[in-house]
Amino acid sequence: MSESDAPAVLMEGVRKNYGSTQALAGLDLTVAAGTVHGLLGPNGAGKTTAVRILTTLLRPDAGRAEVLGLDVARSAAALRGRIGLTGQYAAVDERLTGLENLEMFGRLYRLPARRARARAMELLERFDLADAARRMSGTYSGGMRRRLDLAASLIIAPPMLFLDEPTTGLDPRGRIGMWEVIGDLVRDGTTVLLTTQYLEEADQLADQISVIDGGRVIAEGTADELKARIGGHQLDIEVARGGDLTAAAGVLAGVGTGEVTVDEQSRRLSVPVPGASVLAEVVRGLDAAGVALVDVALHRPSLDDVFLSLTGRASGAAAHDGGGAASDTPPAQGGGSEPQDLVTT
Amino acid sequence: MTTTETAVFGKVPPDGSPAGAAGSRSAVDLTPASRSGLFWVTSDAWLLAKRSLIHTWRVPDVLVFSSVQPVLFVLLFTYVFGGAIDVGPGKNYVDYLMPGVFAQTVVFGAMLTGMGLATDKQNGLLDRFRSLPMARSALLTGRTLADLVRNTFIVLLMLAVGLAVGFRFHDTSAPEVIAGFAVLLLFSYAFSWISATIGMAVSNPEAAQSGGLIWVFPLVFASSAFAPVDTMPGWLQAFAKHQPVSVTIDASRALFQGGPLATPLISSVAWSVGIIAVFGPLAVRVYRRSTSR
Repeated sequence: MSESDAPAVLMEGVRKNYGSTQALAGLDLTVAAGTVHGLLGPNGAGKTTAVRILTTLLRPDAGRAEVLGLDVARSAAALRGRIGLTGQYAAVDERLTGLENLEMFGRLYRLPARRARARAMELLERFDLADAARRMSGTYSGGMRRRLDLAASLIIAPPMLFLDEPTTGLDPRGRIGMWEVIGDLVRDGTTVLLTTQYLEEADQLADQISVIDGGRVIAEGTADELKARIGGHQLDIEVARGGDLTAAAGVLAGVGTGEVTVDEQSRRLSVPVPGASVLAEVVRGLDAAGVALVDVALHRPSLDDVFLSLTGRASGAAAHDGGGAASDTPPAQGGGSEPQDLVTT
Repeated sequence: MTTTETAVFGKVPPDGSPAGAAGSRSAVDLTPASRSGLFWVTSDAWLLAKRSLIHTWRVPDVLVFSSVQPVLFVLLFTYVFGGAIDVGPGKNYVDYLMPGVFAQTVVFGAMLTGMGLATDKQNGLLDRFRSLPMARSALLTGRTLADLVRNTFIVLLMLAVGLAVGFRFHDTSAPEVIAGFAVLLLFSYAFSWISATIGMAVSNPEAAQSGGLIWVFPLVFASSAFAPVDTMPGWLQAFAKHQPVSVTIDASRALFQGGPLATPLISSVAWSVGIIAVFGPLAVRVYRRSTSR
């Protein structure tokens, strides 16, 4: 296998139980070298377990897991010198300064003292922490600590970087700052596996997204593909008169990509739509039908929406897949080919 | 510095584009140094020990609190309880007491090892350390060695307090006095490994603290630390005479004040070596299986 076409991450049928709790139920995952792969799912879906297995912190109970062509169990020691990990919390030593932290981690990555220091200075500069280099990191803001944490995982410029919910707990500004940094890394060719609970984050950063739930991948594709699958946007309207509900539903059905839901009590209707462009059409249609509006709202799908729509179908998919049995073939990378057929029925 | 080997670690852009700015491009040669395994075991442990010592130095409240408690014990036992405790004709209670206080100090001090490790575990640092190519034993040996240094410091402080309230060495020599402290500190180091195992096994520092103290209290108080074992009920004497804290106190007492030495010394060293032999590998084993949270 040559470097260029070997996947950076390969997981096949990986299982992990904690006692009687099943964390991974046959996870299949392929991350192409040089890409950013988003692992999207709610709390408890198995994201962190997957990252811990790939970073040698946990051993899988069954299945195959390789990073950069190295088996995570058999070649753990060699692998640790080639990966970077940034976990869910900023794992830096609060009682050391930023510089001391990076120097220590540099030495632990086997760099000689002088080079560890030079690299630490370089990274502090790069992550806008040079002014705070000699302050205890416990005094840093949340965003600064995250940047220090990320800097620590980049000391040896690892070809493979794992980011486990890198923006959890950050304010919107800190989050956007973090996205920019990750974006830079990606442009530089680092392969990144990123877990997140936020579709928007996966959308911003990831070339390819795997939605995981119950310890397995339930859908895979680009952000656009996933969003298209649930209809892009959701349109909610509230009509003034109960008698207009039927007429309004008719108008919405004409523009929607899915079923119109009607709540007679609150006189509200909603429908998935392809995008904001339909708004004018809807308003014109409703006006022509003589429907008086109280409220119109258009919102982008949230992870909840994607997830709801995917898990709704995934229960059927799991049945034809023979319950928890792992698929024999790894999920194909990119484009429209999917591990499971989840396209609208 | 050579740059010929950077391809191994420095850059692996799959498309052959130049390695990048954010993390992948560096003016520094990022080739790891190549040394023997023993070198790394020592060097990593030293790095981690240095880190823990910086903590102690920078946030000295731990040091202050772990010194105040034994000082209070010295004052309390010397001036309040001491008069009621008979340690034998012509003997001074403070001479009897101080080896017990030294032992109590190092045993409680050793319990901080586990708390420190449990803190690393709770705040995610453990995961970071475990994902690094460092020696598997380094976090634990580094921490236990740093705690040994801290305990040595506190014992010397207690010695000064003891001397101030009338403690003196009798019928002994400088090498024997040094040996007496060595026995105490070896014991302290052994207990740090028990504490390290507890710290790695529990989920938070509070659990490490209570889990560390529950079994240490009876060992410290049902011992020869504060009162002669012969004054205890028969069923307790059997335990109190032979348990590790007592034999360590008896050995250091004999080295500081004269008296029968061989049996307690051999027992104490055997306990310490045995504890390290069992709990050292056990703690490393638990460490290798621990993850944060």
